[in-house]
Amino acid sequence: MNRRDLLKFITAATGVAFVGGKALAYENLPVVPLSDTGFSKEDVAFFNELGEVIIPRTDTPGAKDADVGSCMAVLVADCYHPTMQKTFKDGLVTLKKRAEKEYGKDFLLLSAEQKMELLSALDEEAKAYNAKKGIYGDVAMSNPNAGAPWDEELVAPHYFSLIKQLVLFSFFTSQVGATKVLRYVAIPTKYEDIPYKKGDRAWAT
Amino acid sequence: MASNTYDAIVVGSGISGGWAAKELTEKGLKVLMLERGQNIEHVKDYINAHKESWDYPHRGLATQDMKEIYPALSRDYPLNEMTLGMWANEQESPYIEKERFDWYRAYQMGGRSLLWGRQSYRLNPEDFMANGKEGIAVDWPIRYEDLSPWYDYVEKYAGISGTREGLSVLPDGHFMPPIPLNAVEKDVAARVKKAFGGSRHFIHSRSANITQGINDIRVGCQFRNKCWLGCPFGGYFSTQSSTLPAAMATGNLTVRPFSIVKEIKYDKDKKRATGVEIIDAETNETYEFNSKIVFVNASAFNSAWLLMNSATDVWEGGLGSSSGELGHNVMDHHFRVGASASVEGYEDSYYFGRRPAGFYVPRFRNWDGDKRDYVRGFGYQGSASRAGWRKDIAELGLGSNLKDAISEPGDWTIGMTAFGEMLPHHDNRIFLDKNKKDKWGLPVLTMDVKIRENEYKMRKDMQKDAVEMFEAAGLKNVQGYDVDYAPGMGIHEMGTARMGRDPKSSVLNKHNQVWDAPNVFVTDGAAMTSASCVNPSLTYMAMTARAADFAVDELKKGNL
Repeated sequence: MNRRDLLKFITAATGVAFVGGKALAYENLPVVPLSDTGFSKEDVAFFNELGEVIIPRTDTPGAKDADVGSCMAVLVADCYHPTMQKTFKDGLVTLKKRAEKEYGKDFLLLSAEQKMELLSALDEEAKAYNAKKGIYGDVAMSNPNAGAPWDEELVAPHYFSLIKQLVLFSFFTSQVGATKVLRYVAIPTKYEDIPYKKGDRAWAT
Repeated sequence: MASNTYDAIVVGSGISGGWAAKELTEKGLKVLMLERGQNIEHVKDYINAHKESWDYPHRGLATQDMKEIYPALSRDYPLNEMTLGMWANEQESPYIEKERFDWYRAYQMGGRSLLWGRQSYRLNPEDFMANGKEGIAVDWPIRYEDLSPWYDYVEKYAGISGTREGLSVLPDGHFMPPIPLNAVEKDVAARVKKAFGGSRHFIHSRSANITQGINDIRVGCQFRNKCWLGCPFGGYFSTQSSTLPAAMATGNLTVRPFSIVKEIKYDKDKKRATGVEIIDAETNETYEFNSKIVFVNASAFNSAWLLMNSATDVWEGGLGSSSGELGHNVMDHHFRVGASASVEGYEDSYYFGRRPAGFYVPRFRNWDGDKRDYVRGFGYQGSASRAGWRKDIAELGLGSNLKDAISEPGDWTIGMTAFGEMLPHHDNRIFLDKNKKDKWGLPVLTMDVKIRENEYKMRKDMQKDAVEMFEAAGLKNVQGYDVDYAPGMGIHEMGTARMGRDPKSSVLNKHNQVWDAPNVFVTDGAAMTSASCVNPSLTYMAMTARAADFAVDELKKGNL
């Protein structure tokens, strides 16, 4: 389904013309196929590699286990404002070039330590860049759907902040992240105080 | 055509329309309830009710395309992937903003009863007298005592959780056990009590989430905090969970979805409405239905819109316009101002479950001898919680340290937002634009509403007092905020067909009858003569039950 079809689908889902009178309210949009995101399987694999540096598998699952890459591709394609899309995509090119330049290798061929070294440097640069641009607060905390189509003066943060934001959001809203790394109870049935001891995991929501 | 004739027609199926249908059918009337949107069947059509974040392609977020279709809705939190389809399509049903107005409409069976905030408070006796005392707008034609028994009546049926506090500013009602406060909130409540000597109160919110089961449909709140997806447990009051089943059980109710009521038919000789004309939203065919009485419950703006479109051969401005007040005196609750703070300690405390409501601080300004440079007041709603994975992580870098740190709950924070009373002002109005038409060729509304001096002055206190309370409670990093408010954001539109004592200055009388058509009753937010600062839906429920009781009495007496 391309964006135009998606738009039509949403219009139908929210309007009055229902095929066979089937109620479509509350209904989900269908899963977005990768081919509609403009990203390739290789892109997704690359996103997962970046994700794994940011949220690695430890005694609990990490970014690759949650396939953050697939989610990132969909979010960038559908939820991102064009300004953010451009910053993100240009950023990926910059990041790859930088790996080549600094380590003489493709990012994917770097050692775990090298990947961490490079991304940590970018993380620091991102903080400085955002501060200089007057973007306050932690970008990584925000939802990856800032801005609306008509916002012409949206200021994008550093591209690495976008990557980090996408990874964290995709990871902690995934089933793996929410239930295996954080805690989630679908039907709590009650609200009450409970004791907390260091090391206990946070609730997913 | 006989099958097109009913005792009563109810326009709209939201909170007040549902109550009208229940009360009128239970009193033996044959009722037709008209809903402009699609049907939503309880449980069956709550398709997302059991979905989790990972079940949504965009994890619940609004996409750029969704924002394109819902530009007004996208200005604030309501636009998201979970409730997509529950809001009126802005391309099909546009409106004009002379001044910015964020209009959140739910065109579907149940209306906004599926999507409401569920906070349920009684207006207090002073709320009904303030206009009269202060010479603002017009006096309410009713007093607290008129509505009090009807508050009792609707609370018992709707199911409101809360605590009896014995406060004159926030009259007690019939409550189920409250939704609990957590350890931090209980502590802050005690500190506020100590610091303010009982002049400010930090109490449980009162919410139409039921903490005890009522019947097979209303099993009770499961603390999932997914109310807006429709609750399969009937955990909160909605048309579907509460009033509709009761109305259906009488065998007296007919429901017709996809029915846009275009106008109320008016007999100018008898000075009575004779029924309504509708457009079928799917086929564009028009139909007429006749009835002895009409209850207009289309939500404040659309109820006014319907009156404006009715009897225009008699009054150019429509039914109820002879007062010059139809569409005027728009009110909302202004908010998005308050404070947040961090709470030290309580590292060994956490909570289980997801609450649908937190704490409440009732109005204390211009109350009990307090006197400000503005009139009326505000209350606060808020909660305390521990930061989750979204806590500030900029300093934590990347990798396993980051992962561990954000996988644990962070410090406790507390926040509260003020909801302030907005005064009825004649110049705050909505009116028809005859040039712009919606998908069905019907004229659309233009919004011309602003907050004014009294609200701006109040907002200063709304922020300052929140800061003061948190500081007095010994909290740290207290930050006041005012993130700006545009009319409509409170989703509490009111006042467009106000009640009053005089047909020259009000649209409705003390029984919610249109002065110019006594068999037409308007019992939603349109009827409000002033706004109070408390969430209004409970008052619509009480007002509707009261008016329905009166209407049936009058019918029996042959007066309508």
